[in-house]
Amino acid sequence: MNSKTIKVDYLARVEGEGSLLVKIKDNKVKDVKFKIFEPPRFFEAFLRGRHYTEAPDITARICGICPIAYQMSSIHAMENILGVKIDGQLRELRRLLYCGEWIESHTLHIYLLHAPDFLGYDDAIQMAADHPETVKKALELKKTGNDIVNLLGGREIHPINVRVGGFYKIPAKSEFLIISDRLKWARDAAIETVKWTASLPFPDFDQNYKFVSLSNPNEYPLNEGRLISNDGLDISINEYEDHFIEEHVQHSNALQSLKLKEENYFVGPLARYNLNFDKLSTITKQVANDVDLTPPMNNPFKGIIVRALETLYACDEALRIIEQLDIPERPFVDVEPKAGTGYACTEAPRGILYHRYRIDDEGIIQDAKIVPPTSQNQKQIEDDLLKFVEKNINLQKDELTWKCEQTIRNYDPCISCATHFLKLKFEND
Amino acid sequence: MSKKSKPKLAVWKFASCDGCQLSLLDCEDELLSVAGFIDIANFPEASRAVSKGPYDLSLVEGSITTPHDAERIHKVRRQSKFLVTIGACATAGGIQALRNFKDVKEFTNIVYANPKFIDTLSTSTPISNHVYVDFELRGCPINKYQLLEVVNAFLNNRKPNISPHSVCIECKRRSSVCVMVTKNIPCLGPVTHAGCNALCPSYDRGCFGCYGPKETTNTSSLAEWFSSNGLKNDEIVRTFRGFNAYADAFRKESEAHE
Repeated sequence: MNSKTIKVDYLARVEGEGSLLVKIKDNKVKDVKFKIFEPPRFFEAFLRGRHYTEAPDITARICGICPIAYQMSSIHAMENILGVKIDGQLRELRRLLYCGEWIESHTLHIYLLHAPDFLGYDDAIQMAADHPETVKKALELKKTGNDIVNLLGGREIHPINVRVGGFYKIPAKSEFLIISDRLKWARDAAIETVKWTASLPFPDFDQNYKFVSLSNPNEYPLNEGRLISNDGLDISINEYEDHFIEEHVQHSNALQSLKLKEENYFVGPLARYNLNFDKLSTITKQVANDVDLTPPMNNPFKGIIVRALETLYACDEALRIIEQLDIPERPFVDVEPKAGTGYACTEAPRGILYHRYRIDDEGIIQDAKIVPPTSQNQKQIEDDLLKFVEKNINLQKDELTWKCEQTIRNYDPCISCATHFLKLKFEND
Repeated sequence: MSKKSKPKLAVWKFASCDGCQLSLLDCEDELLSVAGFIDIANFPEASRAVSKGPYDLSLVEGSITTPHDAERIHKVRRQSKFLVTIGACATAGGIQALRNFKDVKEFTNIVYANPKFIDTLSTSTPISNHVYVDFELRGCPINKYQLLEVVNAFLNNRKPNISPHSVCIECKRRSSVCVMVTKNIPCLGPVTHAGCNALCPSYDRGCFGCYGPKETTNTSSLAEWFSSNGLKNDEIVRTFRGFNAYADAFRKESEAHE
């Protein structure tokens, strides 16, 4: 009889501290836990009493890999309260900044965190010994994303140039044009990345998923849109909490999200791609066709190819924005605090990131709620693990352990993000 | 370095956002060269491979916020020849040290469905409150070039060349116009440790103290200046109570205005 326990005390090549436990008894999976033991930091609690203008900088510190996602979700939520709509070139510049984060975050994941699994290396440094050019190209591509963030945000990690109403300062157009030459190289490198990831060996593991992402009639979603799913959900952001709840389980320092109907759902690149393929740029769609990877795409292991396609799109979109850029006269529009509640959701590299804030007349935050993508994916990750182990129950323990880790890394989990707790009961605002 | 075995590097994470250890992976141009001189023996974010200690150099990110971590840091110290803390969480307790000014039970109730599942300390404290630290690298996040300088200094057995002066000095060096004098924007530059190359003033905003207090601060004089320019007490408290809220100089100044 096949009985074993798979235990990984400290998951590697993910952001943050998580562990994995799978118990198999008599050829049956008895228990699966993707455990998050990152210490809680209480962001929602200490945001209370802070000024609304501080939210972008404070919430950025939830995650060093995707600070822009937090800055974007928080400024949009605050602007939602104040009734301010940022359009035109300022809106385009925010999109450009987000493209920079997508490029650096996706490239980090594809080459440094995920690809070593497919090729049997412990890490990218090992991989570089056999594939030096690939790793050098990866670092260069990642740097191009960081160059955008550096220029427009001031620095790669916890950028300082984002504010409610716009930016503190906008660099000269000539500085953007310097980056666009590098972006043309990056776009080619991203095409090669798509082809390279498509050539990796993939296990056969198609699943039926509920995909949830933002959707926007005219563009691939980044900063705004409605929330949609492949099973008919179509809601505005302020209805999010009517449709999604979170539960707090003992084995996790992160709250897990469930649709009200008690179903798992899937957020992130694969969800965006399946629900918004037609909004991708021409070249991205063409390359997706070349590698025969058009929707429906239901194998989470192939998420690595989708990340590469989104990287290509982000390079292409960044180039478009820079080409058409007309530097606005003022870097921000004036905003004044007023009491109210605001909601926003943006597409972090790992999926939808929901923020809700209530502020008073002075602009002091009374209440904050943040739901990061990894908490939303946690149940789905456990479900994938269960199904994957059931399917591969006869693999040797070492190999199965590694494959389980890879199953988790498919989601590029960001555990620092996921760790925070929210109240289960809904408060009447 | 060829004949000798390479020194072993370990990277440890406590309560943090991962941004400071990510700085190492953000050294895109230098990463592979650094890896040629040092053996990355334990760096879970980057590698599955773990070699056993002792380690020649440990980089520690994050603050101590749980009983488990208060134990774990001693194990890390025992396995480390040199221990360097990186970032505001590890050197001052980080933004999560805002709990130190409040009742943590209240915090837990605000954000927990089941507070009993959670094992947390009432404070977030820097690593140096728990074990001996050989060198502290400041910043939220750290400056990746300063991190390379620290690693380089370690490899060459010398003291890291990290200036302890204020952001103001960096500001003058890059010829930025003073945002406080010319635009009346509150700026922590005069009391904040250098390291970011006076980034915020170059983007027309005041410094908000990512690198914590410089060596000898005169925070009360700066706070007076803030007052005379119309900042109310609660605004002054918030200004000093940021990513280095629990660093002595900033903590005392913020408490003086409560």
